[in-house]
Amino acid sequence: MTDAASPSTGVSPRTQRLKARLRARYARETRFRWYGRAAIGVALAFLVILLGSIVMQGYTAFYAHSVTLPVYMDPARIDRSYPQGANFEQIVAEQQIRRLGVQDDAEGTKAAAMKALLSSELKFQAAKMIARQPSLLGQTVPVAAPLSDDAEMYLKGQITRAVPEDQRRVSNEQMAWLDKMKASGAVRAHFNAALFTKGDSTQPELAGLLGAVVGSALMLAVTALIAIPVGVGAAVWLEEYSPRNRITAIIEVNINNLAAVPSIVYGLLGLALFINFLHLPRASPLVGGLVLALMALPTIIIATRSSLKAVPPSIREAALAMGASRTQTVFGHVLPLAMPGVMTGAIISMAHALGETAPLLLIGMISFVPGVPHAIDEPVGALPSLIYIWENASERAFHERTAAAILVLLAFMIVMNAAAVLLRRRFERRW
Amino acid sequence: MIWIFLLLLTAFSVLAYVGGRMLALRRGAGTKSHSRPGQHGLYALIWVGVPALAMLIAASVFSTPIERQMMQAGAPDSVAQLEPFRREAFFADARRIGRGQEAQQIWPAPYAEELPAEGRRAHRITATLNWGGGVAALIAAVLGGLFVFTRIRPDLRARNKVEGWITGVLFACSAVAVLTTLGIIFSLVWDSLRFFSMVPITEFLFGTKWSPQIAIRADQVGSSGAFGAVPLFAGTFLIMAIAMAVAAPIGLFSAVYLSEYSGKKTRALVKPALEVLAGVPTVVYGFFAALTVGPALRVFFNGLGDLLIGGPLNGLGLYLSLVQNQMALVAGAVMGIMLIPFVSSLSDDILNAVPQSLRDGSYAMGATKSETVKKVLLPAALPGIAGALLLAVSRAIGETMIVTMAAGLAAKLTLNPLETVTTVTVQIVTLLTGDQEFNSPKTLAAFGLGLTLFVVTLLLNIVAMRIVQAYREQYD
Repeated sequence: MTDAASPSTGVSPRTQRLKARLRARYARETRFRWYGRAAIGVALAFLVILLGSIVMQGYTAFYAHSVTLPVYMDPARIDRSYPQGANFEQIVAEQQIRRLGVQDDAEGTKAAAMKALLSSELKFQAAKMIARQPSLLGQTVPVAAPLSDDAEMYLKGQITRAVPEDQRRVSNEQMAWLDKMKASGAVRAHFNAALFTKGDSTQPELAGLLGAVVGSALMLAVTALIAIPVGVGAAVWLEEYSPRNRITAIIEVNINNLAAVPSIVYGLLGLALFINFLHLPRASPLVGGLVLALMALPTIIIATRSSLKAVPPSIREAALAMGASRTQTVFGHVLPLAMPGVMTGAIISMAHALGETAPLLLIGMISFVPGVPHAIDEPVGALPSLIYIWENASERAFHERTAAAILVLLAFMIVMNAAAVLLRRRFERRW
Repeated sequence: MIWIFLLLLTAFSVLAYVGGRMLALRRGAGTKSHSRPGQHGLYALIWVGVPALAMLIAASVFSTPIERQMMQAGAPDSVAQLEPFRREAFFADARRIGRGQEAQQIWPAPYAEELPAEGRRAHRITATLNWGGGVAALIAAVLGGLFVFTRIRPDLRARNKVEGWITGVLFACSAVAVLTTLGIIFSLVWDSLRFFSMVPITEFLFGTKWSPQIAIRADQVGSSGAFGAVPLFAGTFLIMAIAMAVAAPIGLFSAVYLSEYSGKKTRALVKPALEVLAGVPTVVYGFFAALTVGPALRVFFNGLGDLLIGGPLNGLGLYLSLVQNQMALVAGAVMGIMLIPFVSSLSDDILNAVPQSLRDGSYAMGATKSETVKKVLLPAALPGIAGALLLAVSRAIGETMIVTMAAGLAAKLTLNPLETVTTVTVQIVTLLTGDQEFNSPKTLAAFGLGLTLFVVTLLLNIVAMRIVQAYREQYD
């Protein structure tokens, strides 16, 4: 050894061993601490990636492109008494390529390519204008309509020239046209209002969430009307009235088990009992709401029981001592005090029910339902099942709309959970 | 129709309350009454409202089967001879025409002429049943009213009676939970029994070939279909194992860190963030798996495969370069992410339940924090943590949307996480969302699978909850 004085000089080997062991122990301690940090970091990273990827995929769906084209309303091709019958898309496409200076071939392929950039909504817009004001025939009027989903995907940069032309749905020529139309100011980006004001459609540029939002709302209303009163009632009975006997014990075990039954089993129950046995209407908010209510029931019961338990016995004893009956004690004193907790539990379980999908698929909420529903016994869509349906759709534009639908669903859930948290904060009480 | 009746019912009930209250005030004037006037009112409300409501509910539950019976019984011969499936469709169209809507199908000659008459008949039957129900409810309300209004007197113990009713209703609410379980068991067992009468239970539980699609056409060669569920059990197990491999360590370490190391501030930030992860609907995880994780992992494995091709691991490289989006790994990993908050919050509870004296004892002996966690806390909390993990396993087995969207449909008997596999829940969804025939083994198989799923998760839950509870009581 050199005399560069190692710190252990003069220290016995035993102390050296001990110090080394201590260092190793502290190192293990630090490592362990870092494992914990890493685990939390990974979990939070997952959360960020999950939400980030959905926002990245979905935010583009909140704006859309419309095109405003001057259209010569050709009286020779548009029947005044039946404007819906006219082939407006063809008329507009032919006029538009002429305006862009393109010579069409005998088969009309250029006009067809232009037509592919326009949405069928154009036809309804133009027909509506003629029906309202027949004097427009023979004039040139501007008509505004959405672009087709393919054109939209190009303008949003999701279809690029980097992909070989034969592998994408928008040709180089169509891209050039779109660029020209955009440069001339005919194509305009705006907030995608259709997403919030329309029902489902087979064409992505016309598909909206309103039908599914209304369907979900109707279903949730049925769920809340059934699950909350029944759940609270059951919890009150179990906590305040029930005798300690075998029946009560069975009910209690049963509720705990129900809370952990997989959701798809509730779907099977709904299919067998409500649809095949009671013949309630398939895919209706009535059946969906009933199934979700049965699913939410155990959660509400458990939450209500714990908030009833939190009310101190002295309140009950005081009321009973003043001569109140058991029922008067419960409904006049205990339940009002437990109400914030009950509401919190109810809101959280409703938020869960809102996001539940698997049982809805089994009771038939997987088919295409255009428009917006009005009644609780007609087939509807729901937000989660719409997400599932759109995710399976082949059109690329549905992908961004799926992500947008998820963002809307998550927004509802965040609002509900925030309401629950606020409620808890606002009425938190310590005895 | 039903809304008008309900509105009438509400109006009658309010009237009964007001009437009962007034009557109690008048008859009890000057004397000392046992109950307060409002309680007499409530008593009257119950006797008017409940029988009428019961009648309305009975009418709406039974009117559908009665209507079906009557439509069947009075149908013309040509319709009665139709096969059941077509006959149902015919009656459905008749109902539609009866309501003034248009028929859904175009019916050929003999039926097309009968349709309007049947429509009128359907309309008559429904109208009769509706009015019958309404009138029955009205009679019930009047009878109840007569009964109660003759009995209102100062010495009527109205309060006790009303409270008896309330207790009964509350008990009925609790009974709903039991009825739900019975409903689940009844519907699953009933249809499963029909399935097992067509497919032997031993073939279902131990058969290794699953291809229910063949059974659609009865005249086809090999029409019996194959209902060996072992590949589904294997797929479910594989995905569950992957999910637990992700969720258990991350969840456990997070719980340990949160309960033993982190300060109040970190905890206040991290816990809600993990709760967000728990509140995200599973369909969102499915979307994430199918469109983000799946493609990303495919690109990764394909790139790895391309690197290996030509080298000593050429075979593996060729295999990896052909991996597809849908694989067990994607569904399992994303399901693991979903389960992290579940595992961590349960374990957190259990670690917190370990008494401080154990920790203090360990520190007093000179142990570091991590040694205390590893040598004292984890052994003490082990049964509880095992219970929590079992609950997570049960969730993983029952989870549907993630696997439906990300795991694939091919029933393969494999333990390779890069293959597409299928699970019990995926098959239930697939069997019941396509074109369904009633009573075919293909449709009923879903209930057989559902029963298996229910039994397995129930056993896991019971065992897990027993463990968790038994453990918790130990230190209380």
